[in-house]
Amino acid sequence: MNRFKSNLTPYFFIMPAVILLGIFSFLPILVSLVISFTDMNLSGLANWSQISFIGFDNFVQLFQDDVFLKSMGNTFIYVIIGVPLAVISSFVIALLLKLVSDWMSTTFRVIYYVPSVTNIVAIAVVWSFLYNQEYGLFNYLLSLVNFDAIPWLEDPFIAKLSLIAMAVWKSNGVSMLIFLAALQSIPNMYYEAADIDGANRWQKLTKITLPSMSFATFFVVVTTLIGWLQFFEEPFVMTEGGPLNGTNSLALFIYQEGFQYSEFGYGAAASFVLFIIIILATLLQFKLRKSEDN
Amino acid sequence: MDLKNNFERAIINTVLFIGGLLVSLPFVWMILSSFKNEREVLSIPPTLFPNAPTFEHYINLFTNLNFDVYLVNTLVIVFFSMIGLLLNTMAGYGFGKFQFKGKEIWFAVVLLTMMIPGQVTMIPTYLILNEAGLTNSMAGIILPGLIAAFNIFLIRQFMVTIPDDLIEAARLDGAGEMYIFLKLIIPLAKPILAVQVILTFIGSWNSFLWPLIIANDEKLYTLSVGLALLQDQNVSNYGLQMAGSTFMVVPVLIIFIIFQKHIVEGFNVSGIK
Repeated sequence: MNRFKSNLTPYFFIMPAVILLGIFSFLPILVSLVISFTDMNLSGLANWSQISFIGFDNFVQLFQDDVFLKSMGNTFIYVIIGVPLAVISSFVIALLLKLVSDWMSTTFRVIYYVPSVTNIVAIAVVWSFLYNQEYGLFNYLLSLVNFDAIPWLEDPFIAKLSLIAMAVWKSNGVSMLIFLAALQSIPNMYYEAADIDGANRWQKLTKITLPSMSFATFFVVVTTLIGWLQFFEEPFVMTEGGPLNGTNSLALFIYQEGFQYSEFGYGAAASFVLFIIIILATLLQFKLRKSEDN
Repeated sequence: MDLKNNFERAIINTVLFIGGLLVSLPFVWMILSSFKNEREVLSIPPTLFPNAPTFEHYINLFTNLNFDVYLVNTLVIVFFSMIGLLLNTMAGYGFGKFQFKGKEIWFAVVLLTMMIPGQVTMIPTYLILNEAGLTNSMAGIILPGLIAAFNIFLIRQFMVTIPDDLIEAARLDGAGEMYIFLKLIIPLAKPILAVQVILTFIGSWNSFLWPLIIANDEKLYTLSVGLALLQDQNVSNYGLQMAGSTFMVVPVLIIFIIFQKHIVEGFNVSGIK
């Protein structure tokens, strides 16, 4: 009896979590895979016999759908501009924090981290106010130096940049901490040896700091890239994808198809396209890192 | 890379200071604007400090809007997320301190779920909850976010470092498995659990997507969903919007500033570096 009990103990500890993960992470993948090949929508939800298998039609249709293609294009713009900005800015902040006294470093670390723990809806509401064309603080500050008002959220291209600026502001914290931890783990004697050899600062940065941090940088780039490919809340709360779908992202497109138009099959198909893009982007990163190592 | 002289130090301090000002500007503006009346908040040129500070927007949130209901719902979600954390801790302990058949496979399954983006599971999870009759219910909002594979992973990494002898000794003394977990393991895991409690609180306080998808009824809205609704319905009442945002952000700010040391150190403990 006792023997039997002790065999079951580990399962008692892991099973609640494993079962919930199974229901809410693995089962959905299977369901998603099945329904992305069907025309499931609201009437299909009420009556399963209404659902029919349509093969690759959803995927074919997606690549003829202007909104989808536009969302995909926007997502690439977010990634191409946002990822380098986010990685470089958090790296520079970490580098500066390493140089100053302890209490300065601690204080500013908290300040720069704060946006990452605050609610995205609240942040989007505040930034919408700051970006307001007539009453916003940004345009007022610009008017003080005789600049014309900028349509921060009203012009499709500028709106993308405005969302990127806000997202970079919000996302710096975690990457900054990772970079800082990596910087602090570089042994000081490397720099002392370089000093003896008469290396200048630029040489120390490119020959010691950057190479020693290659794993941290890789980790930050991969996670940042995955995060930006899933860009969702910022356009959802601030612009609802507008103007003219100029800020719509793939993630937002999936949400709209699934929950505003109840086109579950079509939305699920779009989510698989996003999934494949994420996998490809991650594999590409791993491949680049490998060739760097060689 | 030490600095050579005071001049350089002054430049770097200034750069950090200006950066810090830029980062905190939206928060400062939010808090100051929330105390301005409806006219003053739209005045050009804007005032920095409110001329006649008013609490009307905050009172409005609770009298004319349903922020009291949203607050209760948010706290309910926070409470259940702590139960989720307990389940994560149990799983982390199970994977860290027991040998059993198929352990590697189960753990790989847990880790694999970290790779699945939320957008892929969003629609099917909704369909599953709908099949279970849980849409528009508190259970439907809570269940999908209860377990976090990444947390299980972090907790397991810590559990591995607890010596087996300690647990064996307790078993020889006749302690039951649940007793060992609650009275021995949880106190030992305090450093990592403290960080997890804070992060879980912040995460569930901020939770937005599932309440948004699952709750049709305003009675089930959380603060963040309620705030998004407030913005839609009071487009130009920026004072009210700022008060709602302040109400959401300030509790997290306070908790974060009190516990920031643990969170920042938690990053080193968790070994991401």
